[in-house]
Amino acid sequence: MKKLLLTLGSGFCVFVLLVLAGCGGSNTSSGGSTPSSGGNTLNIVFLPKAINNPYFDTAAKGAKQAATALNGSFKQVGPSTASASDQVTWINNLTAQHVGAIVVSANDPNALSPALKQAMQQGIKVVSYDSDVTPDARQLFVNQANAEAIGRIEVQLLGKQLNYTGQIAILSAASTATNQNTWIGFMKDELSKPQYKNMQLVKIAYGNDDDQTSFNDTLSLMQAYPNLKGIISPTTVGIAAAARAIESVNKGGKVALTGLGTPNQMRKYVEDGTVQQFALWDPGKLGELAYYAAAALIQGKISGQQGQNFSAGTLGNYTIGTNSVVVLGPPTVFDKTNISQFNF
Amino acid sequence: MKFLRQQLSSWSWEVLLLVLLVLTIFLGNSLSPYFLTPFNLSLMVEGFIEIAIMALSMTLIIIAGEIDLSVASVLGLSSVMLGVTWNAGLPLWLDMIIALAIGMLAGLFNGLLVTRLGLPSLVVTLGTLALFRGLAYVILGSQAVSNFPSGFTTFGIGDVPGTLIPWTFVLFVLLALVFFVVLHLSWIGRQIFATGNNKEAARFAGIRVNRLKLLLFVLSGLLAAVAGIVFTARISSARADNAVGFELYVVTAVLLGGVNIFGGRGSLVGVILALFVIGGLRNALGLNNISGDIQNIVIGTLLVLSVLGPNIAQRIQAAASRRRLATGSSKTSVKGG
Repeated sequence: MKKLLLTLGSGFCVFVLLVLAGCGGSNTSSGGSTPSSGGNTLNIVFLPKAINNPYFDTAAKGAKQAATALNGSFKQVGPSTASASDQVTWINNLTAQHVGAIVVSANDPNALSPALKQAMQQGIKVVSYDSDVTPDARQLFVNQANAEAIGRIEVQLLGKQLNYTGQIAILSAASTATNQNTWIGFMKDELSKPQYKNMQLVKIAYGNDDDQTSFNDTLSLMQAYPNLKGIISPTTVGIAAAARAIESVNKGGKVALTGLGTPNQMRKYVEDGTVQQFALWDPGKLGELAYYAAAALIQGKISGQQGQNFSAGTLGNYTIGTNSVVVLGPPTVFDKTNISQFNF
Repeated sequence: MKFLRQQLSSWSWEVLLLVLLVLTIFLGNSLSPYFLTPFNLSLMVEGFIEIAIMALSMTLIIIAGEIDLSVASVLGLSSVMLGVTWNAGLPLWLDMIIALAIGMLAGLFNGLLVTRLGLPSLVVTLGTLALFRGLAYVILGSQAVSNFPSGFTTFGIGDVPGTLIPWTFVLFVLLALVFFVVLHLSWIGRQIFATGNNKEAARFAGIRVNRLKLLLFVLSGLLAAVAGIVFTARISSARADNAVGFELYVVTAVLLGGVNIFGGRGSLVGVILALFVIGGLRNALGLNNISGDIQNIVIGTLLVLSVLGPNIAQRIQAAASRRRLATGSSKTSVKGG
């Protein structure tokens, strides 16, 4: 018993002594290799939802370009699986290092707030990209998706392919999915324009962002509507499953498919002609813009107020909108001619 | 004699841990100038508190010869219950009681399967690891409840005024003291050690082994629920995926702390030292922006080593004593082999 208490006591003493020694030492010596937190260097760290994800790796590439252009430093850290609490641990790590800015794609808008607010109290700039946090926990949100542009472009792409005639359907994610429902709202609005008067939206199916459900939904759409000419799937899971379903019943070319997809999952279907065109934002540009935004915050060129301007290199000039949101711009359209340039 | 040697060997394990802790601190300090800043230490402790809380009851369970792999899922389930009841408009104190009750119920379920049906706890709690997490997802889906009052979140990330000591660390120290007294200074502790050493002998000595184990599982559920409340407060969100994978850290801390995986041996002092080692190591890696994958490799290696280390030592000891016996009489060595 005495021994146990002795161990406990001496353990804590050693710990406390070392802590004290460390605190005293860190003032006099600078043994670390980490760059100083001085104001003139751009020490910007990206914290994606998860690392080893092609989407975020592409964003990182864009951010690196911006870092090179601005002569700043770029680092990417993050959890190996998309977890909100792991991201909190990372935010705390970065706060302790006093980095210049944290650029984060949140796994949960609220869970990250307390940690991000703590970071901001320490003078760290916080920019969210791809997936926002609560507005009071960041200076800026770099939004990849202008909901209106995304909704309208999908109808425009399909309209062109179908010569503006025929029955069409939508294969969405969950019926409650906020993003998809907003986009579908703009699709319906686009469809109400006179040039689409010969196109009828016959059904909205909900594949719940589940591959098998979306696959089955596509098959039943084609059975229930034999004259179906086109499908829009505004979800990356849905569009890949729909392409597979169309191919499995040899309706490639007879039923047109478009929507939101990633080049890697759609490459095969674009090359074999099942899909002509689809859209998505370019995550590389998103990362690039987010880096420029974080740099402008660190340099004091902007504070995150609505109406402020900043330059994002080759991407051009951007203005901060309501709720401190910066919108990347219109989505990129992928087809046979350009798909080979993208890897995400 | 044997008892003395065992005491001595557990004592030497703690010395080894102290050396490891010192090494960790030196490593952390040489890798990052921020490691030993009070601010960082405060954040480090805060981010490790749920694991530390669950390690307390895990120590007792493993010493008693069982294991509870479902703790992180119970944490998630109780966090979800806290969120759902808060959303339903119940007062926060009642939500916390409900969350704690759910944790105890989950522990009771584990305990009944293990003690009444005689199933191995490794399999039972591996099953409930999936079951409880699944329940959490069914109840809340991918939603999050996060509109908790600010006092609650302040408890999660706030410090004792005027210091950098997190409130949650105060809670852990209190719990650790209670567990220390129960395990090392009370008759309950002696019963736990006896049960883990030899279940049959313990039963013949009048210990109600099954009731004891059932109580330990309920306790484990309760502490997981406490950790669930702390976790919910810390990230101010009740989510079904809260603390996924934490059981790895909890079990690693307990085994690295010198608790024998087959039961019967171990001390809370070792476990607490191991918690500091793992927490410090994880923090040092994180400060150097070393990715989560590599961190998992390090923690996994530590887990294997902490089981392997004593095992190899035992084999060497056994081989040595066999050799000693063999020089005396060849018959016994054949029997012993």
